[in-house]
Amino acid sequence: MSAPIREDFREILRLVKPGSRVLDVGCEDGELLELLTREKGVDAQGLEISPENVSACLAKGLAVVQGDGDRDLDHFPTRAFDYAILSKTLQQMREPKHVLSELLRIAERAIVSVPNFAHWRMRLSLMTRGRMPETRALPDPWWATANIHLCTLKDFTDLCRDLGLRIEACAAMSAGKPARSMDPDGVLENWRAETAIFLLSRAD
Amino acid sequence: MTRAATAIPEIEINGGTMRFPAGRALRLDSGAKLEPLEIAYETYGRLNADKSNAILVCHALTGDQHAASTHPVTGKPGWWDRVIGPGRPLDPSRYFIICTNVVGGCMGSTGPASTNPATNQPYGLAFPVITIGDMVRAQAMLIEALGVETLLAVVGGSMGGMQVLQWAADFPDRLFSAVCIAAAPRHSAQNIAFHEVGRQAIMADPDWRGGAYEQAGVRPEKGLAVARMAAHITYLSEAALQRKFGRQLQRDGLSWGFDADFQVESYLRHQGAAFVDRFDANSYLYITRALDYFDLAAQHGGVLANAFQRARMVRFCVLSFASDWLYPTSESRDIVRALNAAGARASFVEIETDKGHDAFFLDEPQLDAALRGFFASTAQARGLA
Repeated sequence: MSAPIREDFREILRLVKPGSRVLDVGCEDGELLELLTREKGVDAQGLEISPENVSACLAKGLAVVQGDGDRDLDHFPTRAFDYAILSKTLQQMREPKHVLSELLRIAERAIVSVPNFAHWRMRLSLMTRGRMPETRALPDPWWATANIHLCTLKDFTDLCRDLGLRIEACAAMSAGKPARSMDPDGVLENWRAETAIFLLSRAD
Repeated sequence: MTRAATAIPEIEINGGTMRFPAGRALRLDSGAKLEPLEIAYETYGRLNADKSNAILVCHALTGDQHAASTHPVTGKPGWWDRVIGPGRPLDPSRYFIICTNVVGGCMGSTGPASTNPATNQPYGLAFPVITIGDMVRAQAMLIEALGVETLLAVVGGSMGGMQVLQWAADFPDRLFSAVCIAAAPRHSAQNIAFHEVGRQAIMADPDWRGGAYEQAGVRPEKGLAVARMAAHITYLSEAALQRKFGRQLQRDGLSWGFDADFQVESYLRHQGAAFVDRFDANSYLYITRALDYFDLAAQHGGVLANAFQRARMVRFCVLSFASDWLYPTSESRDIVRALNAAGARASFVEIETDKGHDAFFLDEPQLDAALRGFFASTAQARGLA
């Protein structure tokens, strides 16, 4: 009937409690929000930069505000949501630290996924070619990439500590494979995890 | 539902003037009362059995109830003909669409040209100052008289969008959804300033006669035309004006005088001249005043979000145009921010266009797509087949 569910969406579906209020930052055409509405009965809201995508979301009956995650999170009042989701776009933000702290202002929990720049493919590519890595996770050349703030798994967990965030759950993802729960501080994980997905909350 | 397979179904158009007798006065925000009250309206399509398919369309400053029917004065198609019709986002085979002439207007609803029962003369300046809230209250009376308890949607652009916001603030339990296009939660200093230029142009016309021009058998046509010309500039973006006219001349060479040398001058003069045929100068004064007085936050302790506290169950769609400098996107964003703060369900799109404020009336596929999607999903959520 429909295409198979993306692995990262499957992991998010697993993390989100039924009936909760969810904001998807960068919700594109609303695929995840639709899935969450259908499978988990969530109260879904999206933020999306492209007007075409917002129109597509409207047609699906989703509530979506056109805006930019870098600028427009201040639209939303404090603790308006149970979850704020940011999928693989933190590294494209101008101020990732501010965005991360905003996500946890407007929501009790944040679900954030980031590509890991310390994955062995990256390291190998850089070491052997001596050029900015172009891998299946980050395929674009340096001059065309939207990723302006890439980080490693270690960098990200450091930032979470810095912001006083608790990592409630963490999983490693590779293209086409089911998510695998991991210890974000595990030494080998910083080599093995292609993308990492986190469930975060405020430590206080 | 059955549908004619061969021909495009005809729109069922009804309408007329609803009279509310003395005793059913419209209580105005100013403290005055308006009675008797007449509201001119038009409807397209049919109210369904469970009365769940009614959509109120609110018109802008110089619009009227002829949203999708030929205008009786100009002979032109309805002002929102593009959106209302078979196969269009507001399809009368599906929805019961209502459009009223605002109170204070000049197309059949009680306004300054109506007869003042106290004098048996046209009201003129004896007409009470009206507000957007008064317009909405009059619409609510009409809707009720038509047997509609809850609107599937209220939709409008510009001043129509302000009515939409006022509806959400005043009658949230009679609304399922609200669509506010190219509007603002209040009139800015610049908005008021432009209106004041228009009003002064009308009042400076010797034929205005202190508002009692009808009794004198004259009309302040020059003043009203200038008011329209000034306002019309604010409806277009600089880019649209430049693209349409640039510095192109009407004839070969300059006249070395003050004829309409430039096409843009000729265009504006035409806009002004055509407008006076269909609009009343005093109505223009009163309706622009209603807009200037509009400040939704001020009605709610200075906090816009408070206006929407009771509207949390209403599904909102806010749309703006990127090149609109009359009611710029930032104003729509303020509305969205307030809706979010109130915990209402809000969607927002800024439509990329260089056509300015008037894009609302023009061919904008993105606008159509957004409206089509929003109405379709709203109807589905309401349980319409």
